[in-house]
Amino acid sequence: MEALISLVIGVLTAGGVFLALRGTTFPVVLGLTLLSYAVNLFLFIMGRLAIGVPPVIRAAAEGYSDPLPQALVLTAIVISFGMTAFVIVLALKARSELGNDDVDGLHHDEDRHR
Amino acid sequence: MTLFFAVLTPFVGAALVALASRLGRSHSAWAAGAVTLASLAFLVPLFSLPFAGETLIQQHDWMPALWLNLAFRLDGLAMLFAGLILGIGLLIIVYARYHLSERDSMGRFYSYLMLFMGSMLGIVLSENLIQLLIFWELTSLSSFLLISYWQHREEARQGARMALAVTGLGGFAMLGGFLLLGHIVGSYELSDVLASGDHIRAHPLYVPTLLLILLGIFTKSAQFPFHFWLPHAMAAPTPVSAYLHSATMVKAGVFLLARLFPALSGTPEWFWLVSGAGLATLLIGAYVALFKHDLKGLLAYSTLSHLGLITLLFGLSTPLAAVAGVFHIMNHATFKASLFMAAGIIDHETGTRDLRRLHGLWKFMPYTATLAMVAAAAMAGVPLLNGFLSKEMFFAEAMQISQNHIGGWLFPALVTLAGALAVAYSIRFIHDVFFNGEPVDLPRTPHEPPRWMKVPVEILVVLCLVVGIAPALTVAPLLAVAAQSTLQTALPEYHLALWHGINPALIMSLIALTGGGLIYLARRPLFAWHERHLDRLDARVVYNALLNGLIVLARGITRLIDTGSLQRQVFLTLIAALVLGISPWLANNAPLTGSRSGLPLDAVSLLAASALIIATLATVWLHKQRFIALITIGVVGLVVSLAFVKFSAPDLALTQLSVEIVTIVLLLLALYFLPQHGAAEKSPGRAWRDGAIAVTAGAGTAALAWAVLTRPYDTIAGYYLANSVPGGGGSNVVNVILVDFRGYDTLGEITVLALAGLGIVAMLQNLHLPAPTQDGSGRLWDHDTHPTIMATLTQILLPLALLVAVFILLRGHNQPGGGFIAGLITAVALIVQYLANGTHWTHQRMPSDSHPLIAWGLAIAAGTGLASWWFGAPFLTSTYGHLHWPMVGDFELASAMAFDLGVFLVVVGATLMILLNLGGLHHTPPKHRSPH
Repeated sequence: MEALISLVIGVLTAGGVFLALRGTTFPVVLGLTLLSYAVNLFLFIMGRLAIGVPPVIRAAAEGYSDPLPQALVLTAIVISFGMTAFVIVLALKARSELGNDDVDGLHHDEDRHR
Repeated sequence: MTLFFAVLTPFVGAALVALASRLGRSHSAWAAGAVTLASLAFLVPLFSLPFAGETLIQQHDWMPALWLNLAFRLDGLAMLFAGLILGIGLLIIVYARYHLSERDSMGRFYSYLMLFMGSMLGIVLSENLIQLLIFWELTSLSSFLLISYWQHREEARQGARMALAVTGLGGFAMLGGFLLLGHIVGSYELSDVLASGDHIRAHPLYVPTLLLILLGIFTKSAQFPFHFWLPHAMAAPTPVSAYLHSATMVKAGVFLLARLFPALSGTPEWFWLVSGAGLATLLIGAYVALFKHDLKGLLAYSTLSHLGLITLLFGLSTPLAAVAGVFHIMNHATFKASLFMAAGIIDHETGTRDLRRLHGLWKFMPYTATLAMVAAAAMAGVPLLNGFLSKEMFFAEAMQISQNHIGGWLFPALVTLAGALAVAYSIRFIHDVFFNGEPVDLPRTPHEPPRWMKVPVEILVVLCLVVGIAPALTVAPLLAVAAQSTLQTALPEYHLALWHGINPALIMSLIALTGGGLIYLARRPLFAWHERHLDRLDARVVYNALLNGLIVLARGITRLIDTGSLQRQVFLTLIAALVLGISPWLANNAPLTGSRSGLPLDAVSLLAASALIIATLATVWLHKQRFIALITIGVVGLVVSLAFVKFSAPDLALTQLSVEIVTIVLLLLALYFLPQHGAAEKSPGRAWRDGAIAVTAGAGTAALAWAVLTRPYDTIAGYYLANSVPGGGGSNVVNVILVDFRGYDTLGEITVLALAGLGIVAMLQNLHLPAPTQDGSGRLWDHDTHPTIMATLTQILLPLALLVAVFILLRGHNQPGGGFIAGLITAVALIVQYLANGTHWTHQRMPSDSHPLIAWGLAIAAGTGLASWWFGAPFLTSTYGHLHWPMVGDFELASAMAFDLGVFLVVVGATLMILLNLGGLHHTPPKHRSPH
């Protein structure tokens, strides 16, 4: 199971990195989303993998998973959403100002508009 | 905290003075005077303590663990300087009222002056070194404002910039020095530092510490080779020069020499560095002063020379030299401030400062001339004046050192030469300006200045005389306590008197006086020689070359890294991350797999993981077909939330699931305005290159995850698990951590979310994007009304969804749920209404402005925190209790639940704000983009 999770994190990272390196805004946003999945999972597994032991205090509980990474990741998920929203709106703004969706904000299709 | 208030008063006063200037020109001067007197009123009652031999320390702990405290100290040395700063400051305030012209803004001038005065007071009264440094930097900043007061003049701007650059550099070095000093001593308190002189001098870090601190001191006090900024700072108004460059700013450096004297002095390094720089400055300053044609230039170089003298005295390291140094600080402040003011009067009345045009002013202003002559005589070291006494002590020390030390007669000869030069430029100041023929082409006909412009000069000149004639009756007790607190040991034997009999020092004085007269007589050939050979030498050229070189270098480096391409920046950042990530792997040969046994694999997990991997690859592969990529990335998000379900993280699963929905809605909305298909790669090799980077990054992360997962670990979670119920009153530990244990972090996080929402709204203002007419496959957009079944169902489901949200919110403290999740669920429920029924329909039925939600949310969350102060507990302390609710049973209520309500409101507000504004873009009237 550990190997599988490691593989999943690796694939998510690789996909995220590749997309983050694209030249247009939308794939970069997708890449950042994939990267945040990877990072959140990576942070989460710092508490190691455990099945059936949620960190909710009960008399009959056999044990608890580590609540600390979970609390950390919970807010990270919400903040990632805020960040994604911010970046995508930035992309829209760039498109409105420059008329293209290049991450470098080039004016390359100015000529076409003329 | 009387000392604290004394320092604070000028800072508060700066604002008052600026306000007072609205009432009239004189009002800001009056206000500044009142502020200075108020600050004095705090201090004067305490002045009896240093005279009684006590050191007053007032301390307020701030971060004791880092040795950072608000701490003030009043001893003899601090008292002397505080007196100089406030006393001369008061005179300057009176003087400047008459010196500044109608066009100059009084409020701005006095406001800056108050800022500077407060910073200076802060330096001399600080007990904590880091606090001292902060005031030190404040003097650099406020003197920048004062020097550049006449902003329209280029030389004022340049002079101010140079002063700031040089003193700022020194301040930075000094921060390093103080940190090292703190490291050596184990405290930043001056009392501790001064008491551990032997320990500091024996420490291996002594030399770097000394070098860094001296760099700060030398730049501030304009010691060679950093002396060049001071003459250029003369572009300031004369009252500023009289204040900053006689009594205060440049004295901050020598103050620190005196302050740290017991801690750092006495080593060969100190001796050679400090006295070497002092001697060089003494000679260069005295020499150049003689040849300056600008009245203020002459005084500026003479100031350099006297600062060099003081530095040299402290460098000699003997107790008697330190006493002489302190004495000369006082004397120089009095005569140089009065000389600057006299120069300002001459400038004010004649309209020029050029010594080649100013002649024979005695006829026009005999009274001012008398005052200036007395002050200049003090500068030259003529008997019966204060300058003579300290110069005599200086000569005596120079003789003493030459007997014990190396150098033989060279050292006394050099200092006598400097003395002779001082006499020569003082004669030049008097003879050229007030006698020596008729004035040449003056812009104005000179006459005596207004009465109150002379009063400050008179006071200072009288002080020069009184101290010079009867030192034992006037200055002796003050000098004794100031010198005592400088040395921190018993005072050496010394005797303040006019007549010590015929001794080497007296002979040196006589040689200097005669020699100075002779140099002045021979001035014509000397001037010609100087102008032919040395006049072009200017340290500013070197400074400018260095500065330009630095700028070119910085630009080069910036260009090398930043080509203006964000794509390239991302590439470089990732490469850097890869290098940082891979290098520890290479350096470490621990096995990849640890000893911890893993969980068995099961079929469902394998299936889910495969789905995730396929979906990820599909997202990457199909990213140019953006709509499809959006669907596949949704799959990835769903499987991630399933992973959280599987591995005992129900809260995370709920959060991920609801975030997933809002994210996809968000990306869909954005995609509407973006091209539906991606463009081709800029270069064919790029995909391969990026692929290689991606695979390396992925492999590295996977290996790291594996290495972590197979190793056992210790967690600090035990504390949270044990205290969640008894301490936080909730059994859902994750939620208790969020709203209770780490509530402060959560408060920060919801603030960030609120700011992101507000930032998005700001960016969307006036944003006009052409709405597409067809979808990615070329089909026309459907302008149909909203689907009836979905519209009806969502309307029925809304109350249910909201009920679920409330349930999740309320149970969050004890069961999976909480403010974040409930907020997201609510947002989704409301967004669905917009999706199914359209913006128009929904806006009629629901308030569309989510600003108040965010505001209330933040207010409630912060209010919960503040409420704990009411009960005398620290910020965000939580409490809980049990409530009996008839029919329902026992009910637990925690104050953290109110906090969670705040979180809930912010999440709902921010999410709605983002999505509704983005969705609303579509409905802004389409404007044609202006052709450009």
